Amino acid sequence: MQGMVTEVGRDLSNFHTYLVWLIAAICLFVLALLIIVAVRFNERSNPVPSRTTHNTMLEVAWTIVPVLILVAIAIPSFRLLRQQLVVPPADVVVKATGYAWYWGYEYPADQGGGFKFDSNMITEAKDLKPDQPRLLGADNPLVVPVGKVVKVQVTAADVLHSFAMPSFGVKVDAVPGRLNETWFRAEKEGVYFGQCSELCGNGHPYMPIEIRVVSEQQYAAWLAEAKQKYASVDGSGTLKLANAQ
Amino acid sequence: MANAVDAAHADHHDHPTFWRRWFYSTNHKDIGTLYMLFGFTAGLVGAALSIGMRLELQEPGLQFFSNPQAFNVFVTGHGLIMVFFMVMPTLIGGFGNWFVPLMIGAPDMAFPRMNNISYWLTVAGFGLMVCSLFVEGAPGSNGFGGGWTVYPPLATAGHPGPALDFGILALHLAGAGSILGAINFITTILNMRAPGMTLHKMPLFAWAMLVTAFLLLMTLPVLAGAITMLLTDRNFGTTFFDPSGGGDPILYQHLFWFFGHPEVYIMILPAFGIISHIVSTFSRKPIFGYLGMAYAMAAIGVVGSVVWAHHMFTVGLSLQTQAYFVFATMVIAVPTGVKVFSWIATMWGGSVRFTAPMYWAVGFIFVFTVGGVTGVVLANAPVDRYMHDTYYVVAHFHYVLSLGAVFGIFAGVYYWFPKITGYIMPEWIGKTHFWIAFIGANVLFFPQHFLGLSGMPRRYADYPDAFAGWNLVSSIGAYIFAAGLLFFMFGVIYALVRKEKAAGNPWGEGATTLEWTLSSPPPFHQFNDLPRIADTGH
Repeated sequence: MQGMVTEVGRDLSNFHTYLVWLIAAICLFVLALLIIVAVRFNERSNPVPSRTTHNTMLEVAWTIVPVLILVAIAIPSFRLLRQQLVVPPADVVVKATGYAWYWGYEYPADQGGGFKFDSNMITEAKDLKPDQPRLLGADNPLVVPVGKVVKVQVTAADVLHSFAMPSFGVKVDAVPGRLNETWFRAEKEGVYFGQCSELCGNGHPYMPIEIRVVSEQQYAAWLAEAKQKYASVDGSGTLKLANAQ
Repeated sequence: MANAVDAAHADHHDHPTFWRRWFYSTNHKDIGTLYMLFGFTAGLVGAALSIGMRLELQEPGLQFFSNPQAFNVFVTGHGLIMVFFMVMPTLIGGFGNWFVPLMIGAPDMAFPRMNNISYWLTVAGFGLMVCSLFVEGAPGSNGFGGGWTVYPPLATAGHPGPALDFGILALHLAGAGSILGAINFITTILNMRAPGMTLHKMPLFAWAMLVTAFLLLMTLPVLAGAITMLLTDRNFGTTFFDPSGGGDPILYQHLFWFFGHPEVYIMILPAFGIISHIVSTFSRKPIFGYLGMAYAMAAIGVVGSVVWAHHMFTVGLSLQTQAYFVFATMVIAVPTGVKVFSWIATMWGGSVRFTAPMYWAVGFIFVFTVGGVTGVVLANAPVDRYMHDTYYVVAHFHYVLSLGAVFGIFAGVYYWFPKITGYIMPEWIGKTHFWIAFIGANVLFFPQHFLGLSGMPRRYADYPDAFAGWNLVSSIGAYIFAAGLLFFMFGVIYALVRKEKAAGNPWGEGATTLEWTLSSPPPFHQFNDLPRIADTGH
């Protein structure tokens, strides 16, 4: 898994590691049984087959033990599910709208925002900054402050898309006519990348999500600058109709 | 039963001409053969599409496709063809038609003429599906590229051309064929078992087909309804799935997966049945825990029908809904575990002969276990949040289908080849093919777990350079697996040309089901005198 920078992401990653140990043990157990069968019960070593077809204890055991394993999985699973889906009071709210094929981000006015802009993939290699890999760099990244609860409201304007940020443990579909929400609290400044995760047509691989997590001062500075920069193009995002090609 | 009228009737039908035999066929074995040939042909088309995908994904960037949409059309075609025109026709139409009547001691299916139309509807559906690839879908490009799930609005607004209309009608025809087939199987199994064969003495393959047929009968009409709503949304101005008219795209997903999830059990249950017989035959032991095995399949069918929304953990379902679907999905692991352990217990203490079909059966048990445990990982919504729509999912369902169901098919082919054709398939062919396929498929699909864990999304024609390494490995695996298919074709032709006659029962005392009491191949009409099943318990 990718390195996680949120508590939810880290818990998700740890839970997954726990599951990997469990399932690896189960696979090795089955493999070991198959090897024992191949060695001990092939026709040369065991020419006369037994006629055993029942063993109640055994049958009860291989029903109960998996149930117990599943309970051991379910308890942490439900706890983590709750953690992901119950959104804490948000410090910053951002609305992300999926278009074919780019993302639109909107910062509401009551938090010092009041602007929206489009985030397109950078197509020319020469325009990429050193920290932007091919297919992942966006011209206008989403910028959020570090250590704050950010609530992302997600919807789509044309077809289904999905807002995904693996290193935050976040993925939620963008559905026309619905407003989904998710949240994260990034603990480390940096640049993080996600990609659209619901098939949306020709440009599906070409609508990355780039999030820049910055300090609170930088965020305030960026807000002020963005208000100027995007004021002139205010509204263009929603008016621009997606042309399906 | 065998009176003069029947005998005369049989004589009259015994030697139909080529055209009457293969095109008007009402004989379950001939229809089964037709289904298998059809399924294999469609499988080659589907495999060719997947090779196209792996060629493209071998390296980052676009090399073979002019745009991602064309790649998406390949992805969609591969999925739909493999599910509806390869796995289902081969396992249900092919093995089901051939061996359900033979195993339960029936002369034929209950409705032979309906059997014929089931087959030809499937073929007609495939014709429409292939047409769909060559007519306009999204503006300026051919074919439908919205995935086998056909989610709106991409399937409505995103593809105005007629490609998807062809696709929907193809699914309607194939679906109607499957529904008629399911009715036929249920009627046959419930009414035409030989005297003395109670349900609790019925071979497990027949049990598997019974559960499968019920699932088909219950879920295919839901799919038919959903895609009909899609059709009217596309062409007649309805807005079932369009929020601007009060509809909801999520409604489609619920309807689709109400069919789509049982569908995966429809594809794997017949393979379960085949594997049970092979394991029992070559261990020279009866099935361990027969009743548990039968009811585990029934339980998988029932529980498998109420877990559909685990495909939709990211669409915005409420906490309680997600928690229920996590719980219900994990429950399926219990009967599935019962099956895996019962197969092993059947071999345990046996005198196991490792023939070619047994290689495939043991291979099946292992790869199915791997696919099953990653299913348990994905069943957990909080982890699925990370995995959803990544290559991890692709790896998971190919382990249970491309390795599971397909290994089941090949196991069945090598097991019943002498019964179907009357000729022996040389052991070395099946074993060589097994090793090529086993290595190829694992090299192909195991690295996709790593790709998914690193975050590579599905259905991407072009991917960030960080994912390059494992994609190359995966592509090499695909070429190995494809080489195995060519070897298989060679093997079948070789065995048919060699013409080494097979005895009625080439597998010895372990093979106890009724088909082995007949000659190989069985007579055109069998069981004119119904066999009587001795009153022995399991």
